[in-house]
Amino acid sequence: MNPHFLDFEQPIAELEDKIEELRLVGNDSDINITEEINRLRNKSTSLTETIFSDLAPWDIARLARHPRRPYTLDYVEHIFTDFDELHGDRSFADDYAIIGGTARLNGEPVMIIGHQKGRQIPEKVKRNFGMPRPEGYRKAARLMEMAERFRLPILTFIDTPGAYPGIGAEERGQSEAIAANLALMSRLKTPIISTVVGEGGSGGALAIGVCDRLMMLQFSTYAVISPEGCASILWKSAEHAPTAAAAMGVTAQRLKSLGVTDQVVAEPLGGAHRNPEEMAATLSAALQDNLNQLKQLSTDQLLELRYKKLTAYGPGR
Amino acid sequence: MSSWLDKIMPGMNRSNAHQKSTVPEGLWKKCPKCGGFLYRPELDKNLDVCPKCDHHLRITARRRLETFLDAEGREELAAELEPYDRLKFKDTKRYKDRISHAQKSTGEKDAMVVMQGSVQGVPVVVAAFEFSFLGGSMGAVVGEKFVRAVDRCREQKIPLVCFATSGGARMQEAILSLMQMAKTAAALEKLKAEGIPYISVLTDPVFGGVSASLGMLGDLNIAEPNALIGFAGPRVIEQTVREKLPEGFQRSEFLLEHGAVDMIVHRLDMRDTLARLLAKFQQLAPPVLDPAPMPIEVPDEPVS
Repeated sequence: MNPHFLDFEQPIAELEDKIEELRLVGNDSDINITEEINRLRNKSTSLTETIFSDLAPWDIARLARHPRRPYTLDYVEHIFTDFDELHGDRSFADDYAIIGGTARLNGEPVMIIGHQKGRQIPEKVKRNFGMPRPEGYRKAARLMEMAERFRLPILTFIDTPGAYPGIGAEERGQSEAIAANLALMSRLKTPIISTVVGEGGSGGALAIGVCDRLMMLQFSTYAVISPEGCASILWKSAEHAPTAAAAMGVTAQRLKSLGVTDQVVAEPLGGAHRNPEEMAATLSAALQDNLNQLKQLSTDQLLELRYKKLTAYGPGR
Repeated sequence: MSSWLDKIMPGMNRSNAHQKSTVPEGLWKKCPKCGGFLYRPELDKNLDVCPKCDHHLRITARRRLETFLDAEGREELAAELEPYDRLKFKDTKRYKDRISHAQKSTGEKDAMVVMQGSVQGVPVVVAAFEFSFLGGSMGAVVGEKFVRAVDRCREQKIPLVCFATSGGARMQEAILSLMQMAKTAAALEKLKAEGIPYISVLTDPVFGGVSASLGMLGDLNIAEPNALIGFAGPRVIEQTVREKLPEGFQRSEFLLEHGAVDMIVHRLDMRDTLARLLAKFQQLAPPVLDPAPMPIEVPDEPVS
């Protein structure tokens, strides 16, 4: 098993390994193996197409958490220029599970807020596996209010298993911090575009996800509770996570059909991690496109449409 | 229903199981906290607060509204709203069946009842959660009823009070239940902008999506004594941090100490306290408070 690939990606991994081996052989021998490599590449592509054309919601849930999936700072690096990270909630701490700062999107100043996961173990721990504490949400609130003051559009990137269930987080008012952000974001007088780039984990995701436009990458997920959490409560066992993932409808496609997601952003063949640069380019264009549309609206129109959008999730048929 | 709740909040739902055998039905009830025998008429008069240990027992949404609002001039709002299983959700049971079972056992259409009326003469709209309806969980009907309550307050410039008791978002409505958090928060922000007061009363228990939206957004957040209130459930936290939770963790008194609630108010003082507060916020004269109730004569306790 290649640990950088999920189980259903293993056949692809094996082919990729073979191609790599042949390439190395090719470098120090006279035999012309270009043809063989090309043959294997085509096979790998069609195999990937086949596998990815029929993914179950649970497969997608695991792709959303893929160890090699691009994180918020990867997108910041590829999409924006002139990024200055800004730290701290001004009252308790800086939470590394949420990053924020000013940058430019194709030259235009914007405010960026996003969950941040770590790649290696020490970084994962530092980022608390992308699970924010109240100070993370309060930092986000501070930066978003500042964005409103200086008329910067807000772009948020969602990628969290959820808010951190810890003693200190409860002591410092996790519920209030999340609730306050929902209220704040519903009235900020500046466009807000949110993109779920990985896991959209419940209230911890929504706390930076109240917006004018919600985009989801093709293999990202968004749900009220993790499939494992839902399974262990309703099915009494986390092993039923695949069933729970399907029942809740956690995928971008399903949420688009429910009217929750405005736009599904296509990922490169095999997922964002197979070609982060291409993913970033597609996302950049989608962000710019949505921002251009939102900038056509007056502030009153913007807020009215946002309120309509937020209160639309009714009990009707 | 008790089992999944028990899983996220152990001990929360244990009250009914072991009482029935020892206590005669009807006239006597056993306090789930101190185990003392409670004389039903006395308990009724005491608004289901144990006269021996002061434990605040859970009460239904309707009893909450009836005991909080003035008797005259009550009007129920949005009573017609019914849940709809848009996702065709099925776990070990169909959501549709869970709904009809909950409707039969509670007599309510969903987990919230809203009424307009007055408290000590101060006009008010009151929303109350029904915990017995799928753990008071918030789905699209609860969110919509809450927003209708806010809308009525905005139309008539009268304050809003919400009595929350809820396990959080309703999983069977998946993402649509999550969106109720944003929906209710957005509506409250409008109310706030118009200078209309909102008092959130947190009663045992309030967790998850309800705590992290309308529950904590009051101009005043008020808790009943010893209510369990938090974002993550105690068991989830214990499993995550792998240490024993401190004594009194997530209780009202803990929240007061950590600055999350403005005050703790005894159920018997709720009408007076809220009426006095709302009258001040609304620039009204001090309300005329209820006379103190006459004590009830309690017969000898049954022998167990």
